[in-house]
Amino acid sequence: MFNFLKGLFKENPIFVLALGLCPTLAVSTQVVNAIGMGAGVIFVLIGSNIMVSLLKNFIPDEVHIPAYIVIIASFVTIVDMLMQAFVPALSASLGVFVKLIVVNCIILGRAEAYASKNSVKDSIVDALGMGIGFTIGLLVISLVREVLGSGTITLFPMGNFDGVIEIPGLVDAPVRIFSLSPGALLAMGFLMAGFNWLKSKKKED
Amino acid sequence: MSYIGIIITYVFISNMILSQFLGLCPFIGVSKDSDSAVGMGFAVTFVMSMASLVTWIIYHGILVPLNLEFLQTIAFILVIASLVQLVEMAVQKFSPALYKALGIYLPLITTNCAVMGIALINVREEYNILESFTAGFAGGIGFLLAIFLMSAIRVKLDKENVPRFLKGTPIAFVSGGLMALAFMAFDRALLANLIG
Repeated sequence: MFNFLKGLFKENPIFVLALGLCPTLAVSTQVVNAIGMGAGVIFVLIGSNIMVSLLKNFIPDEVHIPAYIVIIASFVTIVDMLMQAFVPALSASLGVFVKLIVVNCIILGRAEAYASKNSVKDSIVDALGMGIGFTIGLLVISLVREVLGSGTITLFPMGNFDGVIEIPGLVDAPVRIFSLSPGALLAMGFLMAGFNWLKSKKKED
Repeated sequence: MSYIGIIITYVFISNMILSQFLGLCPFIGVSKDSDSAVGMGFAVTFVMSMASLVTWIIYHGILVPLNLEFLQTIAFILVIASLVQLVEMAVQKFSPALYKALGIYLPLITTNCAVMGIALINVREEYNILESFTAGFAGGIGFLLAIFLMSAIRVKLDKENVPRFLKGTPIAFVSGGLMALAFMAFDRALLANLIG
């Protein structure tokens, strides 16, 4: 249980470890992108953690990094092809960043630091915790950016609901800068500061 | 697009770090002092130029004729990882001084999104081999420019009285954001005015 929870807050990959930042900032313009990216990363993370954990006694030490990279790249290719086939719109808006999951430091980092030393079961729990922690971070940033930057919250369309929630007041006069690149960096900086503040407050209690 | 256009685009308009968010980890991690920032910048420029060239050859010479485009991700990351290793060994053998300066950054470049990113962008934009190389080189120079400016800002920031919770990484992000704001002045319209 502790293993699962540490990824959510105490070792949150985005706000605390500052890993996997490139996709975080690039795809966080819409909430739906954040969900898609998060799902992709969770899938790759679980798959690669299972494989690395299963193969940990067979991979020679000298070539372990290339071996891990090949495992990760295979899962990324699977995710990429699945997304192109079933959610082409999402795949188009994430663009090269689906393929760039392969160089996301979180995944190689977890394979190296955790899955290569622990059992399959623990590795799955670790992957879930880290993956969900990453998705939560991504969701927070994309919520801030989309609400302020375009005055909307974009989710999946379902039935009568077209998938877009409009925030009254903001949708007519959004703070456009937050949906552009400088806004991503500014939002990230202030959110991190907020996270530090939360952490120090928790310590004092 | 002309070669000058590609250079201006990747150095200023679609700057790797400030507008495409590729290579943010070293941008935040290795920008604490100017010497290492410049070292990292040059190492990345070198690897990006080489990687653009090699991945272009692999993609158009092997993957396309064999209809194996879906292996792109695996092929590119392997090429980049081995290229980085090769560059590291070559630099160590032929220029120990350069190795001393760049050595510790080279292994880090394998997981630098900018290198993989430019390889994928080259494919997406359907550049020819020279255009790919130019884009890789210019992307690297753009990275160097951004990381060097960032390190200069951070050296100054060390002496300033930064609010407690913003210290370190958060203030680096905020400064990066302000820098990106300045870089927004470079856009497609400017490029059109410059080279028609």
